[in-house]
Amino acid sequence: MSDTLLEGTTEGERLRLAGAGAWIAENAHLLESLIDSETKRRRRLKRVDIDMSGVERLDTFGVWLLERLVRSFSARGCDTKITGLKEDYRALMDELHGVKLDEPPPHTGGQVIYALASIGHSIVSIGQSFGSIVNLLGAIVVTLLRLAAKPHKFRLTSLVHQLDNVAWRAVPIILLITFLIGCIIAQQGLFHFRKFGADIYVVDMVGILVLRELGVLIVAIMVAGRSGSAYTAELGSMKMREEIDALRTMGFDPVEVLLVPRILALIIGVPILTFLGSMAALYGGGLVCWLYGGIDPDIFLSRLKEAITLDHFKVGMIKAPFMALIVGVVACVEGLAVKGSAESLGLQTTSSVVESIFLVIVLDGLFAIFFASIGM
Amino acid sequence: MAKPGKDIVIEVRGVVAGFGDHIVLDHVDLDVYRGEILGFVGGSGAGKSVLMRTVIGLLPKRVGTIKVFDTDMAAVTDLERQAIERRWGVLFQQGALFSSLTVKENLQFPVREHLDLSQEMLDEMAIAKLEMVGLDAKVCEKFPSELSGGMTKRVALARALALDPEIVFLDEPTSGLDPIGAGEFDTLIATLQRTLGLTVFMATHDLDSLHTVCDRIAVLADGKVIAAGTMDTMLASNHPWLKAYFHGKRARTSDMSRK
Repeated sequence: MSDTLLEGTTEGERLRLAGAGAWIAENAHLLESLIDSETKRRRRLKRVDIDMSGVERLDTFGVWLLERLVRSFSARGCDTKITGLKEDYRALMDELHGVKLDEPPPHTGGQVIYALASIGHSIVSIGQSFGSIVNLLGAIVVTLLRLAAKPHKFRLTSLVHQLDNVAWRAVPIILLITFLIGCIIAQQGLFHFRKFGADIYVVDMVGILVLRELGVLIVAIMVAGRSGSAYTAELGSMKMREEIDALRTMGFDPVEVLLVPRILALIIGVPILTFLGSMAALYGGGLVCWLYGGIDPDIFLSRLKEAITLDHFKVGMIKAPFMALIVGVVACVEGLAVKGSAESLGLQTTSSVVESIFLVIVLDGLFAIFFASIGM
Repeated sequence: MAKPGKDIVIEVRGVVAGFGDHIVLDHVDLDVYRGEILGFVGGSGAGKSVLMRTVIGLLPKRVGTIKVFDTDMAAVTDLERQAIERRWGVLFQQGALFSSLTVKENLQFPVREHLDLSQEMLDEMAIAKLEMVGLDAKVCEKFPSELSGGMTKRVALARALALDPEIVFLDEPTSGLDPIGAGEFDTLIATLQRTLGLTVFMATHDLDSLHTVCDRIAVLADGKVIAAGTMDTMLASNHPWLKAYFHGKRARTSDMSRK
């Protein structure tokens, strides 16, 4: 098969090539290697005659390969002629004869430069995303002040809808996860504290850890993964389909219509979820203490009352709305940064979740320093 | 290449299709001959796209037979279906370019999957196809979101032609283009049809396209193909819908503008 597609005979400085069979896409692979071997052979040639009368079928691939054959021989200064090409294919041949291949793009720098450039790009983009977070935060504050002056413009329906999505529907999964976390902490505590005979201090640990840190952290991380990603994807696909531009042209402020209800819903919802989550974790901790550690619920409760103060609970609850704000703002910033492609939507959703979890933990650290210094 | 003969490449017989209770196509019969450009018209929502999608196999049909290249599409194995799908190209109304691939990668994607070619050949073919649709190598590295509407259509057409299909399905190829762009696109389709010997199945509303490039026109109304034939047949017909369509105000202006 491969021999019949193209055959060459040399007569002195003249090469006769005879094509045959079907020069179509399916044979393009074979044909390409045949043509390459003909053109790469080192020979002194003045004339090349290509006889195409044996070729029964041609398509764009075949014609292009013929064109490539002609080009490479012409580039070597040979007088190249095609004979016997069917009239039907003449138009296609002319069409492809005019194709100008572009120069391969110049290589800019080596791998070191590339690595340095990509580090630079990431630093710039981190700076830019920080800038846009601050920017959006400002826009939201301004919008809220404006809404405070004209409360009738506030979108209550939208807020309720978002609350349903991010708070009410999140209750089961949040309860389940925090309950399990409470169980695990209590079990690990019991296991290790038992060696020192300090079983009862597990109650202190569970109480303080859950109320101060874990409840709010777990909820914030869950909300970032569950609702933050949804916000980014929603706003991103709206951006892709120019829906946000459409809003703007109708005289609506997208921040007021889309962002404020979403972020407010998080600020209201996350503290509620934090409260529920903390209670579920304490319940889980108490259950494990009773079943695994042999600490009666009565003892657990009275020990808990001694171990924790209202301050611990307050610390957790004060942090919750700020966590919500961070998650909401990051999700909205990333959503609005989506560009035209599906890939960019995926990228921004990923970075929304990663960035908001990172910032939630950083914020938690800052709060820890703050509360320590004011003695809470 | 081949003159419109009596060689039928798509044969639709008694096809019924719809959504739920809503019957869109009610026993539709249609023939598409090899090497012709068939303009397929019908009111908005009459089911042009539904018929096209049913033929391509994107929508299920309830009754009837669809034969493409003399093969009953209901009775083929997956492999045979793939072989047939490789022989047609589809231009979707919105282009449907893959948004995360560059123009060049979009054009190379079907070729890379179906044929075993060197990267050099793939690159050259992508540029060649772009030039055939009137673009040049400069757009290769662009992403679909960076293209204008007309360029998107051209790139989408180039991708539909990537594997040298025998049939191309065009879904409203000139919608959203300005009259000059639409005219160029018509010429382009006619040129490509001549050079590549394509069979073109074109759903369109553009009366200019119907006048200038279509060999035959089929009209879909009330779920049936009510007429099929040349432009002269359409103009001579007394069917009220055809009269309204081809002799309406817009038809006259388009007719006048050509004279």
